[in-house]
Amino acid sequence: MTAIINYGVGNLFSLTGSLKHLGIDAVVTNDADEIRNAERIILPGVGAFADAKQKLLDTGLVPVLNEEVKNGKPLLGICLGMQMLFEKSYEYGEHSGLGYIKGDICPLNEDIPDDMKVPHIGWNKLIVKDKSNPLLRYTNEGDYVYYVHSFYGKNCDDSLVAYSEYYVNVPGVVCYKNVFGTQFHPEKSGEVGLKMLKAFCEVTV
Amino acid sequence: MITKRIIPCLDIRNGRVVKGVNFEGIQDVEDPVVLAKHYNDSGADELVFYDITASFEGRGLFADVLKDVASNIFIPLTVGGNINSLDDFDRVLKSGADKVSVNTGAIKNPLLIRDAAQKYGDQCVVLSMDVKRVDGRFMIFAKGGRENTGIDAVEWAKKCTSYGAGEIVVNSINTDGVKNGFDIEMLQAICDVVSVPVIASGGAGSMEHFKTLFNTVPGVDAGLAASIFHFGEIKINDLKKYLISQNIEMRI
Repeated sequence: MTAIINYGVGNLFSLTGSLKHLGIDAVVTNDADEIRNAERIILPGVGAFADAKQKLLDTGLVPVLNEEVKNGKPLLGICLGMQMLFEKSYEYGEHSGLGYIKGDICPLNEDIPDDMKVPHIGWNKLIVKDKSNPLLRYTNEGDYVYYVHSFYGKNCDDSLVAYSEYYVNVPGVVCYKNVFGTQFHPEKSGEVGLKMLKAFCEVTV
Repeated sequence: MITKRIIPCLDIRNGRVVKGVNFEGIQDVEDPVVLAKHYNDSGADELVFYDITASFEGRGLFADVLKDVASNIFIPLTVGGNINSLDDFDRVLKSGADKVSVNTGAIKNPLLIRDAAQKYGDQCVVLSMDVKRVDGRFMIFAKGGRENTGIDAVEWAKKCTSYGAGEIVVNSINTDGVKNGFDIEMLQAICDVVSVPVIASGGAGSMEHFKTLFNTVPGVDAGLAASIFHFGEIKINDLKKYLISQNIEMRI
């Protein structure tokens, strides 16, 4: 069973639909025992960092996540869910994240030329740094994935698995031990994304 | 870098695709799920569904269609038509839409854009506008292009993006259905004043038109079309291969 954390952030239709399409049992939940009993955890998220962090804190699930991550259970953060895995975010202020991945979330517009659009919306090519990562089991260099975001991960070289170029190198896939994150939406990235979700559900730690 | 996008648009009435006829290799071209799968397999980067149903029952059918498509196809889905309130946003988002396109609803109440952007995020709100030249100015038209609202299109684009519209679909009434190319001048005028992605609609008749669009107006992110794709006059995978050969980045 895969537990998708329900904390009132974002539209889970495609994520639950894509897992169902892959034949993977998943439950959308904010129940601590259900999360403890799951084989793996997905942390989704769309919207603003501070608001999402507060909503996650309000569920009381952060200690459960900390414990499960420490126990080695695979966790995948998607989009804002990935950003929350980092130590800090500088989205409208300074906010602490869950701290599973070393690095910071910073505004894209400060690092790219003015004539480039923010949010970074659309299909971009993945450049693979660590082909051996289990999440990329079915992914090839140059595969396209779908991004929608205005902030991005920085200072996370140690955890960088794959990135896309948008003047700067935007971390697309990050991983530290049993914690994985994708800045793009695998559930919106066609076959490439479905295969990545499949790979995550096959991860054993 | 980010690719340019090719987006087929499907008009849905009473749960069936309108205009969907004469499509090579497809048995039931009026079935939105069949057609959506076909486009997904041919490399469409995103799908747009417009609900042109008038009746309440038809709207229920549309929600069912949307759920069915969104459970089978995992690329971005934009939904428009009959979007006049936050409840309408909620209705289509719960049925699997990723982005919601507002047109007349925003003309009636521009604050709908602000309220929706605050609730669902800018990335979720697409402004769709029907634009036509009147005395050398670009004007916003309503009611399927029949009524001049008196709103200046360039000002409208600025206003709606300041309220939080995260993308703009510019449909040129002047070039729509003419198949003589996109409305380069109009698109340039809009791209000059906004910093969100712009989707060009109206006028595509050949693969060269897409090349001219992307090369002449670099601010345009995507080309949208309906009948040329539905009738198989242009196949999306052929179009993408052609554009790549012209050094335009595409996802294949």
